[in-house]
Amino acid sequence: MNPLVLVRRLLLALPTLFGVALVVFVLMRVVPGDPIAMMIPPGATENDIAVLRALYGLDRSIGAQFLIWLREVGGGNFGTSITYRQNVLSLIADRLPATLELGSVAMLIACAIGGLAGVVSAARHGRWLSALIDSMAAIVQSIPDFLWGLIFILLFGVLLPWLPISGRLDPLLSQAAGTGFILLRNLLDGRFDIVGSILIHMLAPALALALPVAAMLSRVLKASMQEALASDYVMLARLKGLGSWRVLLSEALPNAVTPTLSLSAVQFAFLLGGTVLIERLFSYPGLGSLAISAVIGRDLPLIQAVVLTFAVLFITINLLVDGLVVLLNPRLRSAH
Amino acid sequence: MNFTDTAEFATQRRNFLRNSGLALAALGSAGPLQVLAQTSNTLTIAYNVDLPSWDPTTGPSAVNPTIQSLYKAVLSQYIDQNADLSLKPDLLTAWGWNADRSKISLTVRSGAKWHDGSAVTAEDVAWSLRRAGDPATGNPIQFVWGKITNVVASGDKVTADVKEFEPAFFKWMAFLTGYVLPKAYYEKVGKEGFEKKPVGSGPFMVEEFVAGSHMKLKAFKDYYGAKPAFDTVIVKFVTDPSARVAEVESGRSDMTMEIPFEEYDRLKAKGFGGTNAPVTDIGMIFLTNVEPMLDIKVRKALAMSINKKAITEKLLRGAATPIDTLEAPSYAAYDASIKVPYDVKKAAALMQEAGYSKDKPLKFKVQTTRGFKPKDYEVMQAVLGMWKSIGVDAELEVYEVAKHYELRAQHKLAPAAFYNWGNAIGDPSTSTGFAMFSHSPHSAWKTKDVDDMIGPLWGEKDEAKRIAGYKKVSKYIAENAYVIPLFQYNQTVVFRKGLSAAPHGAGFVLPQTVKKG
Repeated sequence: MNPLVLVRRLLLALPTLFGVALVVFVLMRVVPGDPIAMMIPPGATENDIAVLRALYGLDRSIGAQFLIWLREVGGGNFGTSITYRQNVLSLIADRLPATLELGSVAMLIACAIGGLAGVVSAARHGRWLSALIDSMAAIVQSIPDFLWGLIFILLFGVLLPWLPISGRLDPLLSQAAGTGFILLRNLLDGRFDIVGSILIHMLAPALALALPVAAMLSRVLKASMQEALASDYVMLARLKGLGSWRVLLSEALPNAVTPTLSLSAVQFAFLLGGTVLIERLFSYPGLGSLAISAVIGRDLPLIQAVVLTFAVLFITINLLVDGLVVLLNPRLRSAH
Repeated sequence: MNFTDTAEFATQRRNFLRNSGLALAALGSAGPLQVLAQTSNTLTIAYNVDLPSWDPTTGPSAVNPTIQSLYKAVLSQYIDQNADLSLKPDLLTAWGWNADRSKISLTVRSGAKWHDGSAVTAEDVAWSLRRAGDPATGNPIQFVWGKITNVVASGDKVTADVKEFEPAFFKWMAFLTGYVLPKAYYEKVGKEGFEKKPVGSGPFMVEEFVAGSHMKLKAFKDYYGAKPAFDTVIVKFVTDPSARVAEVESGRSDMTMEIPFEEYDRLKAKGFGGTNAPVTDIGMIFLTNVEPMLDIKVRKALAMSINKKAITEKLLRGAATPIDTLEAPSYAAYDASIKVPYDVKKAAALMQEAGYSKDKPLKFKVQTTRGFKPKDYEVMQAVLGMWKSIGVDAELEVYEVAKHYELRAQHKLAPAAFYNWGNAIGDPSTSTGFAMFSHSPHSAWKTKDVDDMIGPLWGEKDEAKRIAGYKKVSKYIAENAYVIPLFQYNQTVVFRKGLSAAPHGAGFVLPQTVKKG
């Protein structure tokens, strides 16, 4: 991507982030649920409540609170969590790697299943296999990720107890695993016992997140493939005598993959949003479960920072995929 | 990138690819039995809450009753509680007032140690009390701790002057925020350092804490109390009830709690051990002193038309006991003689007298949470059905508990609102007192007649007189139907075969009290 285009996109992201911050800030202060009311003891006087309110900086107007928050954020201080009593940024830094690893594995699973199903369905269009894949995709897509989560808890947790259903890895290994991007680090370090434990813990939540996305990708890829298969260059390739699978994989697929890739970015962003419920269900210590705890506890500084983090992730993912699409598509490359 | 970087990158890439294959092999060979919890010296508990903070004296965690069990596994309190709620020594071995109640005197246990090996001193106790009473620290129970001053340590004794007499002061020492923290360690590592590596003097040391996931505890060999049966305790934070059931049923956890009553019965039938015993939480309907609740006939009719026995036996499957006052049977001011009869005919007649009938029903809003406590919404649906038969057409609004707190603090609850009230120390001041005294931010019925009765009891120095006073208030409140107490909850705890755990009246599920066999 042209560096100027990239800079322009980055600059455009700033007002988006400001808008997100403003909306969330105001929304969390006008919806019912006062964090101070949740912690005032039965015998507290009006004065005790006022002291607590002042302690958490909630005794000023919303406008004044927002300006103070903006000034502090400008200096890199996102505040202290009301519930966790810790610096908000360090809390997010602790949890974000777990969510990114879960989201990435889920996306890999979704691309593998969705890609395979899309290609096979396009190749067998009009036959029973294609109809079966399409029907399965419709069913899978109609079930939301959290419901898949509950199904997997019952299926793999109770009926066929093959997979762990809580945590990020076996607690007996977790000290050796360290913190942060533990999947990647232990893979590089050769601790495959830890990597195995992480992957097996991740499988059920990642599948729950991946299945609806896989169904969507399969349907879009199939449609793009069909369009490509009807084009002149594919006809020419067939006339040249290329085999049907070669035509499919080397001629149709590369041209059909671009719209699917753009969609993948949007889907990856939604998938990360899905971690909020899935992480809660599977007691997975990521940003999603932190977001739920923050909302339940009306932890205003934490909610604000978590939402901003998600917004930054969405913007970054979209930028990366835009760049990737340009790299993969020669026509877009020359246009830029 | 220079040559060295390139070489490193290539090596890392090769490692990555090689290890990916090995990891997949490990994944395949892991098998289902690798994840089971049962080992002889490790106890794995699927807990129903996360632990956001290790400081038990500040923030919302400090007043969350469910978290207290986790704190009590690691940190010692000033005073502990027996299962029947009576007080027993913890870090204090003796406590009391002087004759005119102007001073308190505490004796600190000798030989107790912190998890870092240093001795627990009287100064640790004094510092913890001074810190708790300082408004700047944000202790939510500061209104109690601030009632003493001049806290001084000398030898194994701590003394303080009483600024304002608080009859339940020593009970509070076994309740919310009543924990002793290590002065030297806390001052050395600070607030964030303590969160990262908490040091207490309780039966277990924190070996590892992963917020939102689990913590690993190791038995503290220098603990002054009874030695725990397990060397290692793994606490998994599993907030979803279905996942907790699956954890125990599949053998990944040895024990869990707060699961649906139906699941409790099913697991018991499958051979799991379990306890289903009353705790200090009650279910109640707050009435707010606004129309139509200002009419005593309406209030009494509403109270008399609820079949609490049917609700507890059928809807809650016997896991609750009907109550008629805010004092449950295990509380200090419980009076079994105070009864609110279940009489639908009389209730309908009272509604007629108030000008309402099935044809001309009384309409008002009722609020409830849904899923905050077991079957809270279903209970209120049943109550509304019962009220319908006496000429009440109430609208049920579901809200989050956060909104309930906010509305209650602002005195803006609907005319009737369901809530559960916890009172782990069983003192009447922390139930009837705070729930019904108009100056409390948590009361909904705010009238002078009740204040006149409760007011003098706050500082009553004669304990027998105080308890008798609260019984009188409870009787008066029941006669006037200023609140509708429904039932005392049971707590369900399930564990695998080969374990035993005695229920605690305050609802604590303590790893240190779980036994083998």
